[in-house]
Formats: sequence, C-alpha cells, structure tokens
Amino acid sequence: MSKRLGTSVARKEDPALLSGHGRYADDLPVPAGTLHAHVIRSPHPHADIVSIDAAEALAKDGVWAVITGDDVRKISDPFLVALKAPIHQWSLAVERVRFVGEPVALVVAENRYLAEDAAELVQIEYTPLEAIIDPVAACKPSAPILHAEANTNEVSVRKFQYGDTKSAFEKADKVVKLTVDFHRLSFTPMECFVAVASYNPANDSYDCMANFQGPFSTHPVMARALRVPGPKMRLRIPPDSGGSFGIKLSVFPYVVLAALASKITGRPVKWVEDRAEHLLAASSGPNRVTEIEAAVTKDGKILGLRMDQLEDYGAFLRAPMPGPLYRMHGAVTGGYDVANIDVINRVVLTNKMPASLIRGFGGPQLYLALERLVQRIAIELGLDHLDVIRRNLVPPEKFPYHAAAGSLYDSGDYPRAVETAIGGGRLDHLKKRRDEARKAGRKYGIGFAVVVEPAMSNMGYLSTLLTPEARDKAGPKNGATSMVTVNLDPLGAVSVTADVTVQGQGHETVLAQIVAEQLGLTPHDIDVTLEMDTAKDQWSIAAGTYSCRFTPGTAVAAHMAAGQIAAKLKGIAAKQLNVLPDDVELVGGKIRSRSNPDNAVSFSRIAGTSHWSPVMLPDGMAPVISETGVWNPPELAPPSGDDRINTSFTYGFVFDMCGIEIDPVTYQVKVDRYVSMHDAGKILNPMIADGQICGAFAQGIAAALYEEFVTNEEGAFLTGTFADYLVPTVSEIPPVELLHMESPSPFTPLGAKGLAEGNCMSVPACIANAIADALGVKDVQLPATPRRIHALMAQHGGVR
Amino acid sequence: MKPRPFDYVRPDTADEAVALLAEHGDEARVLAGGQSLMAMMNLRLADPGMLIDISRIEGLEGIRDLGEKIEVGAAVTQNKLLAWPDLSKKLPLLAAALPFVGHFQTRNKGTVCGSVAHADPSSEISLSLATLQGEVVLRSKQRGERVLAAKDFQLDMLTTAREADELIVAVRFPVHAGRGVAFREVARRQGDFAMVAVAAFIEDKGHLRLGIGGMAGTPVVQRMAIGGMTDAIETIASGLEGYEDLHASAELRRDILRNLAPLVIAEAQKCAA
Amino acid sequence: MRRVNKDQKVRISLTLNGRKMSAETEPRMLLSDFLRHSLGATGTHVGCEHGVCGCCTVQIDGTAVRSCLTLAMQAEDRAVTTVESLAGPGGTLNKLQQAFRNHHALQCGFCTPGILMSFTDFLARNPKPTEEELRDVLGGHICRCTGYAGIMAALKEAAGLTNTNEPTGAKS
Ligand code: FES
Ligand code: FES
Repeated sequence: MSKRLGTSVARKEDPALLSGHGRYADDLPVPAGTLHAHVIRSPHPHADIVSIDAAEALAKDGVWAVITGDDVRKISDPFLVALKAPIHQWSLAVERVRFVGEPVALVVAENRYLAEDAAELVQIEYTPLEAIIDPVAACKPSAPILHAEANTNEVSVRKFQYGDTKSAFEKADKVVKLTVDFHRLSFTPMECFVAVASYNPANDSYDCMANFQGPFSTHPVMARALRVPGPKMRLRIPPDSGGSFGIKLSVFPYVVLAALASKITGRPVKWVEDRAEHLLAASSGPNRVTEIEAAVTKDGKILGLRMDQLEDYGAFLRAPMPGPLYRMHGAVTGGYDVANIDVINRVVLTNKMPASLIRGFGGPQLYLALERLVQRIAIELGLDHLDVIRRNLVPPEKFPYHAAAGSLYDSGDYPRAVETAIGGGRLDHLKKRRDEARKAGRKYGIGFAVVVEPAMSNMGYLSTLLTPEARDKAGPKNGATSMVTVNLDPLGAVSVTADVTVQGQGHETVLAQIVAEQLGLTPHDIDVTLEMDTAKDQWSIAAGTYSCRFTPGTAVAAHMAAGQIAAKLKGIAAKQLNVLPDDVELVGGKIRSRSNPDNAVSFSRIAGTSHWSPVMLPDGMAPVISETGVWNPPELAPPSGDDRINTSFTYGFVFDMCGIEIDPVTYQVKVDRYVSMHDAGKILNPMIADGQICGAFAQGIAAALYEEFVTNEEGAFLTGTFADYLVPTVSEIPPVELLHMESPSPFTPLGAKGLAEGNCMSVPACIANAIADALGVKDVQLPATPRRIHALMAQHGGVR
Repeated sequence: MKPRPFDYVRPDTADEAVALLAEHGDEARVLAGGQSLMAMMNLRLADPGMLIDISRIEGLEGIRDLGEKIEVGAAVTQNKLLAWPDLSKKLPLLAAALPFVGHFQTRNKGTVCGSVAHADPSSEISLSLATLQGEVVLRSKQRGERVLAAKDFQLDMLTTAREADELIVAVRFPVHAGRGVAFREVARRQGDFAMVAVAAFIEDKGHLRLGIGGMAGTPVVQRMAIGGMTDAIETIASGLEGYEDLHASAELRRDILRNLAPLVIAEAQKCAA
Repeated sequence: MRRVNKDQKVRISLTLNGRKMSAETEPRMLLSDFLRHSLGATGTHVGCEHGVCGCCTVQIDGTAVRSCLTLAMQAEDRAVTTVESLAGPGGTLNKLQQAFRNHHALQCGFCTPGILMSFTDFLARNPKPTEEELRDVLGGHICRCTGYAGIMAALKEAAGLTNTNEPTGAKS
C-alpha cells in the first residue's frame, strides 16, 4: 500500500459544493416545454376508490392532465417483485388504496403551484375499509386482507435450520427468551426525490433523469413496467445527490409515473417530491418483531439460538424487498461462534407506507434482538455482560470463519478489538461514573454492542427466500459485479467513470486516489465523472451505491482498471525507452526505467500514444484508450442446497460501549460517553472513513432516541412534518470516540472493507442495553423518548 | 407544498394597514416575520385571501423606553430585541427567554408581536408577557387604539381577543430591572416548541409569580408564597390538564413541571440575591 | 403602498450577490423558488419548505433568513446574498469554506450552503463566539450526512477557537 491510499486526501468534491456549484437533480436544465406534476395521495389507510372526477381541475388554465390508476394500468405493467405472490403495484393506486399517502392521481400542469391548485379540485370518492396496522395482528385469520388474491397478509414464511438446535436446547442449563420490537423510521435525505421523463413516440423510448441510487437491479423493474426493453428506458443520474442512505432507491415508482405522464401528455414531465410527501410516503425501514431465545450453559456459553423474525413491509413488497430480512441472513449469528441456530423468517403486509432500503438494511433489527438477548443472558445467569460477550466471540484463529448460516467472515480479531476498546481506562471510567451516579440516586447504565458489519451484498442473497427446489428451477443467482473505466485522452489526461451513484461519500476523491496510485500521478491529475447514464456507462445489476459495496467492489474495479492501463503503458514505454517492460515504473508523472531513472518519458506522452501514433505500440497491442476493470469475487456463491448463503463479501467488526444517564428533570436519555471501535480492514482515506462513521453514528442515535414514523391504530400518520418527525440537530448528537484497528481482508487486493453502516446497527442496541442496565428493565422500546422512559419508570415505580 | 394564491399588499404606514384590515379583516392575515404563518401556508393549512405585509412600516420598527414599560413595535424581530443593549438590565426575563425562541435564523425574521399574535401555548414570548403582566396594544380604523392585559389577550390555543379589523401595533413589557427572574424549558430538540416552559419572577421577599407554558391553552401564571411553593406547584401540576401529544403524555408534562419549577424558582431567587 | 393581486404577475427587482436583477413573479412565489428557478441561483437548496431544515438559508440585507418562509415580494428592492457570493476570484474558497473543506464538514453538500450563509451572518455580528453559541446557531440546520462533528470542527476553526494550522481532517 502506497502513500496515496490510506491518507486523508482533501475531497475533490468540495470546492463546487461549497460554492453553490453542485448539480443536483432539481438544478439541472429540463427540455423546453417541460410540465410539472403533483401527486394526489390517499387520505385513507385502506379504501376502495369509487370514483375520480377531474373535470373541474381539467377546466383550469394551465392544467394538462389528471392521470389515474386506470390510465396507468392500460399502458404499464405492475412492478416485478422478488416474491412470487399476487401483489400488484402500479405507479398509481388501482381500484384500492392501501396506505395513507399512496399515490392516487397525478396532476400535470404548467407549474407546480398550478398543479397543487388543480389537485384540490379533483373529487375522489372512497369507501373506507378496515385497516390493519399491527404486524402481529395482521397475521391473524380475522385480520382484513390487503391483497385479496394473496389470501393472507403473511405472504412469506421460511424456516431454516443450521446445526442441531434441538439438542442444544435440550442440553442447555437455561433458556433465555426475549421479544424485541424494532420501530419504523427513515434517514430522510435532505434532498427529496426528483424525476424527469420524456417519451419519444418515434421509437417508443423513454429518457429519464432521477436522483436514483441503485441497485440497478431495479432498472429492469422499471423497464418491464413501462413495457420496453432496457435500452429503451434510458436513465440518467445527476452528478450530485443530496444524500440517500438507501432511501433514493424508492424514487423508482415515480420515474415510471413521470415516464407514463410524458407518454400521456406528449410533453416532458418533471416531479419534485416535497418534504411532506417524503415523510408520508417515500420509504420507511421495515419494523420487525423478533422472538429470540438462547440455549446457554451456566457460564454463559451460547449453545444454540432460535429466532422468529416477523418483518412488516407495509402495503406492498417493492423490489428488492424483503431484503432487510435476508441481507443479514448468512451472518445472523453476529459476532458469536454459535453453530446451532433455527430461524423463521416471516413477511407480513399492513396498511402502512411500503418499506424499502435504508442504511443498515436489516442490521439494526437483527442486532437489537441479538445484543439485547446477550445482555439478558448475563442478567439471568448473574454474570457480567462483557464476560458473556467474551465467552462467545468468534475466536481469531477460526478466520476465515464459516458462520452457521453461510457467511464467510474474511478477517478479524474480535477479542482484541473488545479488549482494546475497554482498555485505556475507558471501561473503568464508565464504571466509576456509574457508581458515582447511582450513589447520588441517579439512573446510569452501561451498554455494549457487538456487530459484524457486512458489505457488498451477494446478488443471490434474496433467492434464499425461495426453497432450494424453487431456486433449482429458477437457476442460480449470485455475485456482485463491479465496474470502473479509466480513459486516456489525446493529451494523456486521465478520466474515470464508475458504476456508483454519488451521494456524498467522497467516491470521486477515493477513485482518484486509487487510480493515481497505480499511474504514478496525483489525485489532482485524475478527473472522475460519476453522473450516470444507463445508455452509455458501464453497469451491472449490482451497480449503484448501497450495502457499502464501493470499497470492497468499485474501488477494487478501479484498482484493476488502472492496473490494466498501467501494465499496457509500461509495454508502450518499454519499447520507447528501450528496456524490458518489467523494468518500467510509473512515478511522479513520469514513466521511466527502474534501473536507470534518467531514462524517462512523460506520462502524458506515453498515454497519448494510442491516439496519435498507434504505429509506436508494441507488436500486437491494441490501442490503449480505455480499460474497464470488472470485479466479481468468487466468494459470492449462490445459496447452497442446505440454505447456507454468504450474504456479503467483506465483514468488518464494530464494538460499541457507552454510558448513559436518565436526566432526572426531563427523562431524556443523555449519552455520557460513547466509544466505538472499528475494524474495517485497510482504510483508504481516514478522513472520509471517520466522516462516514460519524454520520452513521448520528443516525444510530436518531434511531435509538428520536426518530419514529408513528401510525395510530386507525392508520392515521402522525409524523408528517419535520416538527413531528424529529431529526436530531447538533445539540442532540453526543460526541463519539472512534478507535480503529486494521485486519485487512484477504479476499480483496486493497484489503479494505465497508464501514459506513456499522453504527446504524450498533448504536440502537448499545443504547438499549445501557437503558436496560440503568433502569433494570427487560423490555426497552426504541426510540427511547422521554415519554417512553417516563412510562417505563412509572411502571417500575420510580418516576421521581 | 406551495401556498394557495392570495393578494399581497405592503402598506407604508400603520394607518394604511388598519384601513386594509377594516376592509378585508376577515380574510386577511398580517404578515410580519411569517415564521409560523408561511410554514402553515406552504402546507396549505392556512389560507388567507390577502397578506398585509407590515414588515416595512417604519413606525412599527421601534423599541421604545416608556419609563415603566418597554414598548416593542410590531415589526421588531426577536433578534433585534435580543440585541437591544438595555435588555438584560431592564427586561432580564426576556433576556433569559428569547434565546429559547426557535433558532437564530428564525429569530432574525420572526417578530416579538407575531409570536404573541400567533398564541401558541408554548410560546416563550407569550409566557414572558403573561408572567410580567404586560399588555398588548391593538389598533383599528374604526375604534382607534385599545390596550389589553396579556391575560385578557390570549384566550386559548391559537385564539386571541384581537378583532378581525385590529392590528397589534406593539406589546409592552413592564420594566423589571434588578428583579429575580429565571426561565427554562424542556423541548425534544434544541429550538423545538417546549413540552413545558417555566418562568419565575420574584415579586418580593415573600412572593413569586410562576409562569407555565405548554401545559394548557394559554400561559398559566400564578402568584404564590415562597414558603408554600412546593404545595402550590403540586396543586398546579395536578390541576392542569396538561394535554397529550405525540411527544409528551400529560403525566410526563406534570412530572417535568414538578421537577423543573423548583429549579427555576431557585435560579430566580439566586439572581434576586 | 405596494399591492399585487393574486392572479397578477409583476416584475420585481432586487440585488443578488451585488448584481441588480429582475424577473417576473406572483404574490405567492417563495423566495427560494424565485432565486432558484427565476434567477437561476441554484446554490440555495430546498429541504423542507416549512422552516425547519435550514437548507434554504440566504441573507437579506445581510441577515440570515429562511428563503422558504419568505415571499419573493418581500425581497423586492432588497439585497439578497447567497452561497454563490462566497468564493473569491477564480473560485478561491474563503476562510469559512476552507475550514469546511479542512474538516470534512460536508458529505453530500446539500445542507452546506444554508449553513455557510447562517454563519457568514452570525460570525460577522459575533466575531468571537463561544463553542456553545456556534452550536446554538448550527441548531437551526439539519445535516443528515455528517453527524455534525466535522461541521463543529470547521466552525471552531473559522471562529478562531482552534489553531488554523491543525486541521482535524484533510491533508492535500
Ligand atoms: S427549506 Fe427552508 S427551512 Fe427547510
Ligand atoms: S452534508 Fe449531506 S445533509 Fe449535510
């Protein structure tokens, strides 16, 4: 590893973004004559649409169309879903609405103001139906059914058995049980959705622009809905995006809707989501009820686990759902060496906004259950929480480690990570703080959380949803192909394109670092263009920015592409320098002989050779203008016949430890000290890495203490503005102490793993454990708001 | 999230403004800072046919020292009052309360009178005005000026005694230099509406006034003997309805009040000493 | 007295970043929309349109305000300053911008222009703030990406509370 990698190179992105020269979706020019759309949304959680009368709206000046589900059904197909179940969703509700906020009609007008005015004139008559909100109740036979043809709300149940869990439970000294409920929330990027589409009747094609984030496996879903082959649904993604965190996958139904609106009106159509729409209907993380139990020995060794996970996806399953339930599947035993585990995965639909991608993607739900259980094991056995953790961690000598459900953990030293984190007097300090606080009659607790952080999803993980027989029939699914192209221009300048979408992670900078490294240039010399155009750029279905695939995936493809270029340039230079290719090196903007550095030629001269003088290329070498690195690690195999699946490619490690106190005046949980230990293999840019971790940490705090989508029993949505849905500001985010260690991944040439989701997974669990410790309670519902803490204390007799 | 159409009028004088109100009072709304009104209009929760923008009326921009009282004009922003050099000397309770009002950016535009006019139950300014027993100056074209005591002005949540043709031209805060005062509130996030806000004002050696926001439709102000404050606080806490919302149960509000009030009173006593 | 009826379109003038500009508007048009779509100054962002997130913060006559809670009409004949005004000739970042870059105070950059405009006003009025005051003013903004740590570090540097020569983040 060289100097360029592993250093905090300042971001190439920053000057433009700091000066107002970002190019976000709503900043880009649109074709002349573009119309503006506004979505009319359902006020009911569950109702039949009786009639839609748009006459008055259409009579208004400047209004072009009011499009309904009937229009959409005629010219498009329902979106494909991963699950074979009769759940049909179009881009507008057809006949029935199933959640508050569901798009019912689209008003297209000359501008947004007019479109909103006209929307108020559209008369829609509904017959309300009974709504079902609670996931457990939704599974009961008496519950109203959302999708009549499916005949049940519990649309998928799969049971998995690894090892011999039954005997583990028979042998156990004790069984420890817990039910854990993970709530609904979203990480609400500051920029909302934008979609622009133009239909070209001459060749029946759509040209779309949206701040979509991937995965590009959704591209075929959009094209199929529009009834065109993929190349006829061109999708461009702007150079800048105002954050995503998984959420901007869910712009895709609106891309299709804008496309259909363009076909209907004959004009380009633009839609910009507003914040009220975003909170109401964009996307939520799924809520999950987990019943978990452990078979343990007296000294805290976990012999076996049983988990029943009921995940609530809201009104529809949208591709790639139910991802969160399966993305962690191979790693369902977390950081612990547990060979016997039974898992039941159940998918339920309710009358709430559809769930979809969100940073952490199944991790927060899993670890809240698993880590709360480990704390309960300690309590019920009268042991120290940390000792129970220690007793069960995967030992370092077992790496690469085959987890029970199929994940192949690449590298790590979990015990060392834990000991390092608690060392340096950190744990002693927390204990001292706790003793002092308790002596003074205050409620103080210490929490821990252990997280294995997967990165770069195996495209085949979702097929674990199918039975082995069904998988056999469908053919194997696996892999995750990453692609980066490095180009040389006639004057030897280097440019790069890649299969990621920009959301603020500094990919431009890190790609420049990686390519510069191989070519003996500086990051400043490398131009990276990350706006995407499906018609012209390299992409596979794995493309996009999600599941931390950049570092283990795209970064490696860049390393390969630049390496391919470098090797060929060495060949060209060798001929000109009259040396053997092996003697050539690329250093400081020069290409030179290693043994005689004075024998050198400028990089740009050699790099331009293929443009100007192919005659000077070594015999048989094709011109070197661009090279694409294609990376698909062999470790990402399809699910095995016994349902083992290596769900991700790299596995980092996070260990968190915190002290919290309940504010005696306000009942607010106050974080006194928070320590987070990370092992993400090699770090490519420490500044950017820490930035990602701090961002995930803040979102973890948000999930633990502030953010929740609240739907009442009748189905009304109560958190529709930023005054009710509480995104923390600076005063609500405590400082975090970051510690790092590096166990390079042996499976990637860069040794680097993903690291941007771990704290979304660890923080809710760690805070919940600390609250349990502070109050001596078993059940801790998140977010732990003053209202909940107060109620919990009242229930346990000690409010004041 | 775009407002419905409305007529926009920007009068140059208060006379023009009240004339407009006389003519359009029922459908018109006064736009001063707009920090609550514009948000509601963007959400289409407010729907005035006319906006009367008073922000450029010169006569309303002043902070006037009337000796016993300080008069704050309708166009004075919260930050302008916060930056008024005599504030901590003459209106220490406001100096303590204003930093809790929204954020720096909204205080730059939000007005003192606008906050009183909006009559949110957790408004820090309304609570301060009520605790100090200040007054609101209203003016109409027909009936000229009238002055209402704070307690007679705010009637309930978002409801005041202002007639449709009246303009709030100013509010007046009694000068309370050297008095023991304190203000604190508990909100979910910094700058959010308070779940409970408490103002304390020491009247004399034996008595204090306790102002409570966020627990009822209007600020609640109670005079109490310092010696009997524990019981008095308990009576208020258990007596107030203390409404429920997403962020706080009535019980939580009551307990926060029980915890917070003694601290605020102690702070006020300390500042009096 | 200025009066514009609801269905009326009028041309208004204002000074944007030192340059006199004019464009057509109607009474209900928000200043944020007017700046972005009528005057083409897209550096100002819109994140909530109800006054909570701070993305849309601009200065009117030097004072930082939410442009989504301001009508274009209210900025008539006023001087509006936006993020596009901050960098020097040739795009040189000013002290505050540079501090943001040094400390990795932005990721997606969507919240950043509003934060810069708030602090350009605040630091001009309060050149020697405390850390507490900086945090208080930053409280008027939501950033979803950074967790605020980098932003606080940058603000402290810009306000002279930390040694400028010791960036916590980037080395170039
Ligand atoms: S867009 Fe104006 S405050 Fe959010
Ligand atoms: S940098 Fe993305 S919201 Fe702040």
